Amino acid sequence: MLNTYLFFGLITAYLVGAVSAVILNKNDRLSAYVSFLSATLGAVFGIIFSVSILSGNSFASNLSGSSFLNIGFFVDKLSAFFILVISIVVFAVSVYSTGYVREYFGKKNIGYMGFLYNIFVLSMILVVTANNAVMFLIVWELMSIISYLLVVYEHENEDSRKAGFIYIVMTHIGTGFIILSFLILAGSGGSFNFETFRAAGSTMPPHLKDAAFLFALIGFGTKAGIVPLHIWLPYAHPAAPSNVSALMSGVMIKTAIYMLIRVSFDFLGAGVLWWGMLVLVIASVSALLGVMYALMEHDMKRLLAYHSVENIGIILIGIGVAMIFMSSGRPELAAFGLIAGLYHTMNHAVFKSLLFMGAGSIIHSTHTKNIEEYGGLIKKMPYTALFFLVGSISISALPPFNGFVSEWLTLQAQLLSVNLPDNITKIAVLFSGAGLALTGALAAACFVKAFGISFLALPRSAHAEHAKEAPVSMLAGMAILSMMCLALGVLPFYVVRILDSITTELLGTSIISRISFDFTIGTLSSFPAGISTTWIALLVFVFLPLPVVVYMLMSRTHVFKYETWGCGQPVSTSRNEYTATAFSKPIRMWLGSIYRPHREIQTTYSDSPFFKERVIFESGIEPVFERYLYRPVTWVVLAVSRIMRIMQTGYIQTYLLYILITLVIALIYVGSGG
Amino acid sequence: MIKQIAIVILQIFIIIALAPLLGGIIKKIKAFFQLRKGPGVFQPYYDIAKLLQKDSVVSQNVSWLFHAAPIISFAAVLTAGLLIPIFITEMPFGFAGDLIAVVYLFALARFFIALASLDAGSSFGGMGGSREMFVASLVEPALMLSIFAVALNVGSTNLSYISQTVSAMGLDALSPYQILAFAALFIIAIAETGRIPIDNPATHLELTMIHEAMILEYSGKQLAIVELGAMMKQLLVFSLLANIFFPWGIATGAGLAAIFIALLVYAVKIVILGATMAMVETSTAKWRLFRLPELLSVSLMLSFLAIVSFIIVKGG
Repeated sequence: MLNTYLFFGLITAYLVGAVSAVILNKNDRLSAYVSFLSATLGAVFGIIFSVSILSGNSFASNLSGSSFLNIGFFVDKLSAFFILVISIVVFAVSVYSTGYVREYFGKKNIGYMGFLYNIFVLSMILVVTANNAVMFLIVWELMSIISYLLVVYEHENEDSRKAGFIYIVMTHIGTGFIILSFLILAGSGGSFNFETFRAAGSTMPPHLKDAAFLFALIGFGTKAGIVPLHIWLPYAHPAAPSNVSALMSGVMIKTAIYMLIRVSFDFLGAGVLWWGMLVLVIASVSALLGVMYALMEHDMKRLLAYHSVENIGIILIGIGVAMIFMSSGRPELAAFGLIAGLYHTMNHAVFKSLLFMGAGSIIHSTHTKNIEEYGGLIKKMPYTALFFLVGSISISALPPFNGFVSEWLTLQAQLLSVNLPDNITKIAVLFSGAGLALTGALAAACFVKAFGISFLALPRSAHAEHAKEAPVSMLAGMAILSMMCLALGVLPFYVVRILDSITTELLGTSIISRISFDFTIGTLSSFPAGISTTWIALLVFVFLPLPVVVYMLMSRTHVFKYETWGCGQPVSTSRNEYTATAFSKPIRMWLGSIYRPHREIQTTYSDSPFFKERVIFESGIEPVFERYLYRPVTWVVLAVSRIMRIMQTGYIQTYLLYILITLVIALIYVGSGG
Repeated sequence: MIKQIAIVILQIFIIIALAPLLGGIIKKIKAFFQLRKGPGVFQPYYDIAKLLQKDSVVSQNVSWLFHAAPIISFAAVLTAGLLIPIFITEMPFGFAGDLIAVVYLFALARFFIALASLDAGSSFGGMGGSREMFVASLVEPALMLSIFAVALNVGSTNLSYISQTVSAMGLDALSPYQILAFAALFIIAIAETGRIPIDNPATHLELTMIHEAMILEYSGKQLAIVELGAMMKQLLVFSLLANIFFPWGIATGAGLAAIFIALLVYAVKIVILGATMAMVETSTAKWRLFRLPELLSVSLMLSFLAIVSFIIVKGG
């Protein structure tokens, strides 16, 4: 009963937030406070509700409906976990937003933003709780459209409009495939309710199962941002206001992961080897290409958006490995893989939202997204710098923060493939471990660049020179998620207990006694190996540095400040600093065959060819997917439309004729017993 | 409990105390091959002692991160040292991390030093940091595959268990896949310790440095800690090689006699590895930065072959 109140309480909180934002539209400040605090309240309800489900029984509520459209909710532990992820992030981002939207006061309609924001969060909650395919599609579409409206919030901006257009086209292609997948499932089950999908999954002929899986993978993969369906992501996420980017990158793309798990494990039973292999290959490619493109990006938000592609890849590696284990009848190993994937889902939601909020504060204060124009921000914005550093360490999978734990679990899951019967599969899964290791190393390189160039050394432009620290509410939002990064990192033995309850419900085996110990988590290998990030944290940050710090403080030597060594040049300025372009140059040259870099140097001379007046240097990489995959497709679509135009005469008589012909054909088809 | 604490203290002491000596020995052996007299094997101790007494000159551009980075990375390397079997297989902190955790702790140390390299705002630091992260990216896939090869052979990534099992195998441990994995890890060890042909620890030309360029702005005490950290990392990488592949002689219990023998054997193994490294360094020239992918893809191939041959021979 309590659960019912909590669930409808959280829905009400978001609705109140949305409606009051519109009503209080006249007063920017009031409208912002009421709508975002209402969202915070909804998030608190969501956290309590999901914890209650995770530690108890599932929740079901049927309002009304038929076998076609049934307005009903079903929250099992998997759904509850995603509500928890959404709620934690929404809580922090809403606190952050109360400060962040001040930038828009008097310039933009705050009520509109507050309304969209609340409905957007509500639609995500409904997506992970819907229990009927038609209702799911309605809320899914709602989520897509609301997020589109948020992407084009700064619609006076040409880039935002273009980003919004790409996003809305891609997301609808995705939805098309989702509908196909659901139609197949409904066709075999006889109803659009998810219970019948579950029943249909075990009786469907294999080729239909394959088709349903593939369509779901393409459909939800588009939303999740797997390569090559990722192209909307680096446009749409940066174009939105930063608090919305945090939600889109942090949690919206996770709803696709939720449905992918729901469809492939819950509905279809995930018993096919090639499904797992396909997911694993796509995941590894996404992870690698995501981080590679992120390295070449100098727009802070685009860089983070590409990292979302990477991290979705890492999540899907865990899920793909789990599918492979399922296909050879090892649910306990599959549970381990799935725990790795779910753990990374939570982690990515937390640190990516944190990083987007950090990027938001920087942009808020410098008014540019180009990291080559930052520099020295650690002195101007010390707290933002600290929180961004926590996010950077976490996303680079360094101990003892949360990214390390889930990456360790994923690597161990890959190593468990030695238990598989087939040698080729074994080698393939192990080799994907090398890909994951490379991804991790490149991510670390990318965040040394992103943090080092933005925050360290001297300001590189007047923008960075005049930067100021963000307001307290924004810092509070980031502080919450920084704390979460640390907590998820040093308390993994507790987190895996929650995750195990989910996989137990989904796969039917509990492995908790083998992976969670006091302050340690372990593996399922023939002799268990474990890590204790709690102790690593204590050793690295407390016990071992302490004597060194004490020694340094007690010493009688002096520290003198002087200029940076510049080979004897008299003054060191920001022009001597290494740039982000230069920092990523070795990797650009090494992976030149993927990036296809180009550069152009124009020199103008004054009087004689010996005296250069100015040199213009331009370099860039080729957008391979847009040029070689999407451009031909667009060209074909346009060509077909040109031909189709002949049918569109514009005379109403012609259309009536079309209707008549269709009707006759349909009658003949039905009449002949088809 | 007291025994555990004693072992931890002994392990920390050995790592800190032996690390400079290993550096000195390698330099001496290199000098021998180059027909020079070379500095004494204790020279690194004198260097560190001298640095500890000097005042520091710090760039006026730097932030707190520049001061914190040496300490954090020193602590990260030392933490890794507590996870690696040095003279005993039952390390008190063995539960806190496995082989993969060791790799990521080294990465943590590298991450902070690379950040610090950008803090002073000099081009040399950035150049060093950029190259360090580039080489790390080249190393990582091969490193992970060779770890997988070792772990497959033993059935775990738990370091105590690996050295116990391999030690108990005796000469049977010298299987083709172990040898392949060792060769792969040896190449990686060259990269991880910043030696020729990948990096030159003795260079004084900023443009060719990697590690040395990163720490160019450090001086005095901080430089001493950075240098000591790098030496410790070198010792630990060698210890990993020694006690994963040839753990014979390592103490399996906490008996005093066993520990004494284990320490002697350990010293011999480390010196042999150091001598081998010195020979490699003397007989090759430093490679161009952009030829390094070739060397490290050799390592990747070797570790891949180790895995494939293991799966073919043992059937997994």
